[in-house]
Amino acid sequence: MNFFRQAWEVAAKDLRSEVRSKETVNASLSFALVILLLFSFAFDPSSEQVREIAGGLLWLVFAFAGTLILNRSFARELVNDCLDALIASPASGAQIFFGKCVANYVLLVIVECICLPIFAIFYNVRLPQQLAVLFLVMLLGTWGITVIGTLFSAMTVNLRLRELMLPTLIYPMLIPALMGAIQLSGLLIAGEPLGADNQIWFRLLVAFDLIFTILSLALVETVLVG
Amino acid sequence: MRVKIILALSAISGLILAWNLHTMFMQVPDELNQGAAFRIIYFHVPSAITSFTGFYIGMFAGVGYLWRKDLRLDAFAAAVNEVSLAFATITLITGSIWGRIIWGIWWAWDPRITSYFVCWLIYVGYFMLRRAIDDPTTRARLGAVLSIFAAIDIVIVWKSIEWWRTQHPGPVLEIRGGGGMAPGMEAPLWWNFLALVLLATALVIIRMRQVSMQREIDSLRRYAHAF
Repeated sequence: MNFFRQAWEVAAKDLRSEVRSKETVNASLSFALVILLLFSFAFDPSSEQVREIAGGLLWLVFAFAGTLILNRSFARELVNDCLDALIASPASGAQIFFGKCVANYVLLVIVECICLPIFAIFYNVRLPQQLAVLFLVMLLGTWGITVIGTLFSAMTVNLRLRELMLPTLIYPMLIPALMGAIQLSGLLIAGEPLGADNQIWFRLLVAFDLIFTILSLALVETVLVG
Repeated sequence: MRVKIILALSAISGLILAWNLHTMFMQVPDELNQGAAFRIIYFHVPSAITSFTGFYIGMFAGVGYLWRKDLRLDAFAAAVNEVSLAFATITLITGSIWGRIIWGIWWAWDPRITSYFVCWLIYVGYFMLRRAIDDPTTRARLGAVLSIFAAIDIVIVWKSIEWWRTQHPGPVLEIRGGGGMAPGMEAPLWWNFLALVLLATALVIIRMRQVSMQREIDSLRRYAHAF
């Protein structure tokens, strides 16, 4: 239980500083709105076609908005050598990582929850009756983005080109999770029932989340400390 | 000694390739449906297997580095991954040429091709990351972590042919339960695989030497700057 308590301290610290400054959520949200605007030029926003590709559009927005949050996650600790202080603290690497993951997750889910209705309004998409299932897909997909993103954010924190490196490294890694999430969200928004053959995407999402959470927890000490 | 090994490996590989080209073009008949173009498989599949094998060896070398903290293991990992990336590029290009002839399109967004491309991109990212880090131990450490992540991703790639419906031809080799190739047709493929593996080994040895030398030059340069 001690593991979670210390991790929660880190998460609470990150969330508190975000509540006070609101810098990443604001940036991420405005960026998401810009992408939502740009989509309207890429295709006819009033066509029926939008419903078919809605899942993909939604997750593109989430993934792009997510990197802004993830980029700042460790970078914000560089000022005044806070990262070194964090590493020197009694909390282990895994606890710091897990705490940061939780904080990023909460922030990203908040951004997603604001973007989803805006997307529905902009593109005249009716949100599905199975909203709870869509929410579950969002939670699972977002955890995948967060866990890989946070680890790679820790890896790239000291690089000069970290803002460029992070998206280049994580998007290819995230593709299995994004594929699953896009497929399921697309079906749900199109109002189609989720048959037995779509269960595999759920399993893929869960397996992806589990595998990479365990792997990240195991390797984060190496990344942060060496 | 090292030069002799490189020369011997390259010579054997060259001989097998030359003999194989003869078998492929003079002895093996055209395939019933695909005609002459099917011969691309003799380079496409062995390159793919070589690249996958290399990526895995690279991962184990990375794990080895994390365990023993020996920079020679990192040089080996970097060399193997780089050579594998070259073979992966060959796989993508030969596959694309085959697709143009048989499917009529250069590229199909079939899950397996997509996943392979994803895998290729991840390893491009691996080298971008390595280039961005100046400190050799940090570079080795983060490279090792990334290659472990990448190797797990390859498992998803490898499994994808079973998970997703696919336009890519199913397994045709005996070893994967395909049994779709005549024995006389399959043999040159494995000989080519052997030749490519030998060639890859020679390239890895050369590249490893270069990586170690590079590290030595860098440290000498730093040493010189220190005064």
